[in-house]
Amino acid sequence: MIRAVLPHPLLSFALFGASLLLSDSVAPPALALALLMALAAPQIMRALDVEPVRVRKPLTLLSFALVVARDIVRSNWEVALVVLGLNPSGDRRVSGFVHIPLEMRDRYGLAVLAVVITSTPGTIWVEYEDATGVLLLHILDLQDGDDWAERIKNRYERRLMEIFE
Amino acid sequence: MSGFPANVPAWAALLAAGLVLFGAGLTFIGALGLVRLQTFYERVHAPTLGATLGMFAVLCGSVVYFTGAEGRFMPIELLAAVFFTATTPVTLIILARAALFRDRTDRSGEGVRVPLEGECEGVVRTPPDVVTDPRRSDAPQGR
Amino acid sequence: MSGAVFYWALVLAQLFLAAAGLIGVWRIAKGPRAQDRILGLDTLYQAGMLLVVAFGVRTGTQQYFYAAVIIGMLGFTSSVALAKFLMRGEVIE
Repeated sequence: MIRAVLPHPLLSFALFGASLLLSDSVAPPALALALLMALAAPQIMRALDVEPVRVRKPLTLLSFALVVARDIVRSNWEVALVVLGLNPSGDRRVSGFVHIPLEMRDRYGLAVLAVVITSTPGTIWVEYEDATGVLLLHILDLQDGDDWAERIKNRYERRLMEIFE
Repeated sequence: MSGFPANVPAWAALLAAGLVLFGAGLTFIGALGLVRLQTFYERVHAPTLGATLGMFAVLCGSVVYFTGAEGRFMPIELLAAVFFTATTPVTLIILARAALFRDRTDRSGEGVRVPLEGECEGVVRTPPDVVTDPRRSDAPQGR
Repeated sequence: MSGAVFYWALVLAQLFLAAAGLIGVWRIAKGPRAQDRILGLDTLYQAGMLLVVAFGVRTGTQQYFYAAVIIGMLGFTSSVALAKFLMRGEVIE
């Protein structure tokens, strides 16, 4: 029953909030418009036949967001030092590509991982091969002893698999 | 004309100015990376500084200021923050993939060894001595 | 006193953002390859967007914010289209 009216509950909720913010009020007309958006837009998604997102563990999502926020702040600092030439490794800094085999296959999990990795300054998601599940990253400061595969898998992939799979 | 209107509390105005200044400085450092880093794959990291913490700090400054000015909390900036957090990585990923594709097809790579298609083992380092002299451009011209 | 601090902090912030935009323009002009130019465009529109937000805070009008959002949306669309064009020579496959 609820699936018929709200095939994508998260999307409806987000659109409702976004519409209210854009209207800049919570008066009845703004609420009506937001409700219309929240009910109509998912019907278009139904025509596109998109698989709905299922978040299995919202609390893990919260802790994941905290981990990501901390990493983004820290690596902003590190990349700023690299750009200003103040990083500890100095001129011996080496950048390069790293291949990481991933176990996650969920499309939404991979999408979140791509956004997180690229949003973290100093690492960028370059390519992902569907058939083998191998991810190619480019890393700005490739220090010895830094195991990037471990870092990506332990910090992000494990949590994302808990959330989405 | 200088200063801020009387209806804004001083702490809100100063906090907002500090946040905007911090974000702007970070964005500037990121842009400076476009000048100081030597290869394309290094430079592609540079705009992320402004796109993440820089953008977030500036928008937070805006939220603080207008919350102080109007006395109510309506963070429309939140919407922009979510939008830009979702979109900037998309641009950078597509750009990096396009660069990799081009470097693979004409094997020029600006002196950077790029991993080839189907090569999926371990770490491909860019030796520092292979990095091109910034004054010299050995990239194919006129493309 | 705090009025002057507020004013000059925001002027300085705007100068930083303008400088960031100029660096983007310099990258667009210099290249050396097409992907570098698109990266310059990316930096330029980001800095332009934040510049408009900072201007809105300095003048105390929220209307500029909508202009910033539009700059961001158009900038995103154009740089994605350009990057896509580099990859295959076509924008829509």
